[in-house]
Amino acid sequence: MNMMVRAADIARWPSDPKVTQTGRSSLTEAVRMARGLGWFSIGLGLFELFGARSLARTLGFRDSEWLIRGYGLREVASGLACLSVNPGPGVASRIAGDALDIVTLAALSRPDNPKKRNVELALLAVLGVTLLDMLCQADVSIRHSRGRSGSHDYSDRSGLPRRLKELRTELDSV
Amino acid sequence: MKALVWHGKQDIRCDTVTDPEIEDPRDAIIKVTSCAICGSDLHLFHNFIPAMLPGDIMGHEMMGEVMEVGSGVNGRLKKGDRIVVPFTIICGECDQCKRGNFSVCERTNRKKDLADKVFGHSTAGLFGYTHLTGGYPGGQAEYLRVPFADRTHIKVPSHLTDEQVLFLGDILPTGWQAAAQCDIEETDTVAVWGCGPVGQMTIRSAILLGARQVVAIDRLPERLSMAEAAGAITINFEKESVIGRLEDLTDGKGPEKCIDSVGLESHVSFGQPDTLLDRAKQMMMLESDRPHVLREMIYVCRPAGIVSIPGVYGGLVDKFPMGIAMNKGLTFRMGQTHVNRWTDDLLRRIEEGEIDPSFVITHTARLEDGPHMYNVFRDKQDGCVKVVLKP
Repeated sequence: MNMMVRAADIARWPSDPKVTQTGRSSLTEAVRMARGLGWFSIGLGLFELFGARSLARTLGFRDSEWLIRGYGLREVASGLACLSVNPGPGVASRIAGDALDIVTLAALSRPDNPKKRNVELALLAVLGVTLLDMLCQADVSIRHSRGRSGSHDYSDRSGLPRRLKELRTELDSV
Repeated sequence: MKALVWHGKQDIRCDTVTDPEIEDPRDAIIKVTSCAICGSDLHLFHNFIPAMLPGDIMGHEMMGEVMEVGSGVNGRLKKGDRIVVPFTIICGECDQCKRGNFSVCERTNRKKDLADKVFGHSTAGLFGYTHLTGGYPGGQAEYLRVPFADRTHIKVPSHLTDEQVLFLGDILPTGWQAAAQCDIEETDTVAVWGCGPVGQMTIRSAILLGARQVVAIDRLPERLSMAEAAGAITINFEKESVIGRLEDLTDGKGPEKCIDSVGLESHVSFGQPDTLLDRAKQMMMLESDRPHVLREMIYVCRPAGIVSIPGVYGGLVDKFPMGIAMNKGLTFRMGQTHVNRWTDDLLRRIEEGEIDPSFVITHTARLEDGPHMYNVFRDKQDGCVKVVLKP
């Protein structure tokens, strides 16, 4: 059984029903994945914010610490949005961020960059994460979209049977 | 027994839990025959209401058959009775209950100390809700213990179906109270924001209470079609200006009565920039609620009008236009529903065919499918307006 539930039982009224076996969850794989990406984003963002100098050195990205910190802020914001109840915009913002990262790393992948090898590895990692982001975005939009809900018509559901009868009688008499 | 249990944000599970037992002479145990997912369950689902604990049983709209009663129920209930359970637990004896202010009953919140600290003074105990309101196990389960059962029940006759009477426990009296506290006159325009289940009941209540015109505001075509079926004029806020249309419908004076059936989770869109700011603040825990509807109502409401708030708010709101509200002399009325204040009258109206609340049910499912139905209801998929679960 879930440890959180067991811990919370301490604060629960002693005689209230207790969970003995857990069942299926409403948490979809899409949301779980978005949350995973969200935490990853926050972690990476904090590393970019506070480790900008060493990251710049590793990538041969001279005089660009503030740019890396800016990217870090972006990552943290995207991560927070991924953890929200509607992770779609957060994952979309991650994909946009991935595109920016790819462009930046591609520009750094010059022959004269002594850290070219590190840049290529980083580029490979970003491409992999971009693929995950895109899969997640597709899953979130399929599972959590409204689909063709707008095509439902409830114009026959007045809920006021007597009033409807009176209106019909009035109409008949006219 | 099986029950829908809260495990965290967006994580409801159909768990096996121990059966409830009589704890107090005033208790009863019911076998739940029907229960529903409420819009305010979604606030818990999204973890916007504080003080939920993993392992809490969800649900505050339920009815069923009495299986067992305590010795202190004093003949008011007996085994086999069919009852709807109001979501507010009431003692029927305190000062507030005697005044009919049942949702602020002074005795039924068993975590009164906690509520006193947070709210200033405790309110009533509620089923399947936060520990600030007692943390009572809810009714999205096979069985339910009803505390203070001698008072906390609505007996229903056998010739009415579960679907006709189930909503006496919450959304019907909630919509009714929202309209009744507007003191509707026959010249009034009543504008209702939100066409979810409570909004639909509010619209019908305002019509039955004699409003000249009722205007329903939402963005979902299927919900607007349901509002229109009752005779409401509809505004799709994604297609037209709410303020502009309401001005047109009231000769530029604004509606006399405005009702917020949306609550703390206003729809977020680029067309309403304040909602984007609220959402960003909510994500960073700088604000708990998104009060866009309140702002719009205060702006558009006719001076000296009434603003009624049945929609649930959980904590703190920012950029609340108090100056406009004060200068326009608006009256605010709000609160959790005093369910039993209204139910005798509403049951009579159901029996006489004046209102049939079953119109709002779009989905019926097994209790085991509850976790999935939470997502269907939340994402408004398949035209979902109201889900009823059968344990």
